[in-house]
Amino acid sequence: MIRDVEVMVIGGGPAGLCAAQAAASAGTHVLLCERDYVPGGQLVKQTHKFFGSERQYAGDRGIFIGKKLVQEVMEDPNIEVLTEATVLGMYEDGIVTVLKDEKHLKFRPKKTIVATGAAEKFLTFPNNDLPGIYGAGAVQTLMNVAGVKPAERVVMVGAGNIGLIVSYQLLQAGVNVVSLVEAAPKIGGFLVHAAKLRRAGVPIRTGYTVKEAYGNGKLEGVVICQLDEKWQQIPGTEEDIPCDTLCLAVGLTPLSELCWQAGCHMEFIRELSGHVPITDENLMTSVDGLYAAGDVSGIEEASSAMVEGRLAGYAVAVSLGYDVEKSQAEADAARAELKELRSGPMGGKIRAGLEKVAQKRGDAV
Amino acid sequence: MRIEKHPILDFDRGEKVTFTFNGQPVEGYTSETIAAALHAAGIRELGHSQQLHRPRGLFCAIGNCSSCFMTVDGEPNVRVCVTRVKDGMVVEEQEGKGVVHP
Repeated sequence: MIRDVEVMVIGGGPAGLCAAQAAASAGTHVLLCERDYVPGGQLVKQTHKFFGSERQYAGDRGIFIGKKLVQEVMEDPNIEVLTEATVLGMYEDGIVTVLKDEKHLKFRPKKTIVATGAAEKFLTFPNNDLPGIYGAGAVQTLMNVAGVKPAERVVMVGAGNIGLIVSYQLLQAGVNVVSLVEAAPKIGGFLVHAAKLRRAGVPIRTGYTVKEAYGNGKLEGVVICQLDEKWQQIPGTEEDIPCDTLCLAVGLTPLSELCWQAGCHMEFIRELSGHVPITDENLMTSVDGLYAAGDVSGIEEASSAMVEGRLAGYAVAVSLGYDVEKSQAEADAARAELKELRSGPMGGKIRAGLEKVAQKRGDAV
Repeated sequence: MRIEKHPILDFDRGEKVTFTFNGQPVEGYTSETIAAALHAAGIRELGHSQQLHRPRGLFCAIGNCSSCFMTVDGEPNVRVCVTRVKDGMVVEEQEGKGVVHP
């Protein structure tokens, strides 16, 4: 049996929740599919306060923003939430298949918003598969969601915002962060986060990388070494650091498999951290009626993911003819907010990436 | 080890239950994933790779990477990082692809 759906949102993270909420507020009926037990995405583990402006909940901790959004979405009569529901396939005839309760469900949405988010990147070095080597987000999940102390002695790789923030959260959970190494010559994340670590006595080593890990059956230590200006390891600079955990905070990459499967025009855009669907000013991909919002179309902050979700949600409402004038105004406002969020010096990379998206879109026409 | 006091968070772990890991009883809570309960018990080696039989642990903890595949109640390739603990569950280390029992 195939069930007709007006708007399907895939993924219940910040982008998906805001997309569902926006589309539903204009009067559409939304089905939101979330593969986890509860929606919220990675907001459920963000104990730090967000930046941005009031409209993006700045000053609130991610975890509370997530709770608020989830509650509003669950109570919205126009939104149906399917949890433990993994979207498996998107077919040429518009059918979307979902695995839920060991059953293979089929839906035919009029419009679909893909908000599947991102996955953590990996790093290549000998013995990088030892138990005890995690993505930084994994350790954050263990301590902030499960409340499990994930380690005793941690080496963190990456001084972007995730590496800095998770290091600080490890300290809050009573874990010893023995070193933070960063391959680039300077700290990539906000200096306010780095300053907190420095005050706590965590050494931040820029221009360093992991040469290798070692251990018998589990991680027992790592050897770090210095890099020259061509990112080559400098012999003789090795240092052995005993630790039981190594966290990799070396970036995220879009989880865009469903967009590939649906036949979207995809391009590799370095500044957006991977293969992304090429979208238009309404975040619609090259496939009619299929939209992409949040990290799936380029890695950015959760604040921009929320605004992108809102933009896609209102754009879908406009295209379906719901409350057109107001929805159009809301979509325009979201576009302006995104521009504002991306205007600072930290937005340089994303602006360059989006310029490439616009160019690729132009090439394809 | 579980975190009892946290400056920002309170943890609602659900009910205490017991499951087995390679035949040994392990305590867990109903809101916890199998991976979290095993970590709380200090167990980080979850299986072995297919060809070189190298130990496998948790990597992403959100169901993306497949590093944490274990055999749960006889079913292989269960992502224990996104599967919650149940009372009496039988959790086993997995060798390679595991074995599917028809």
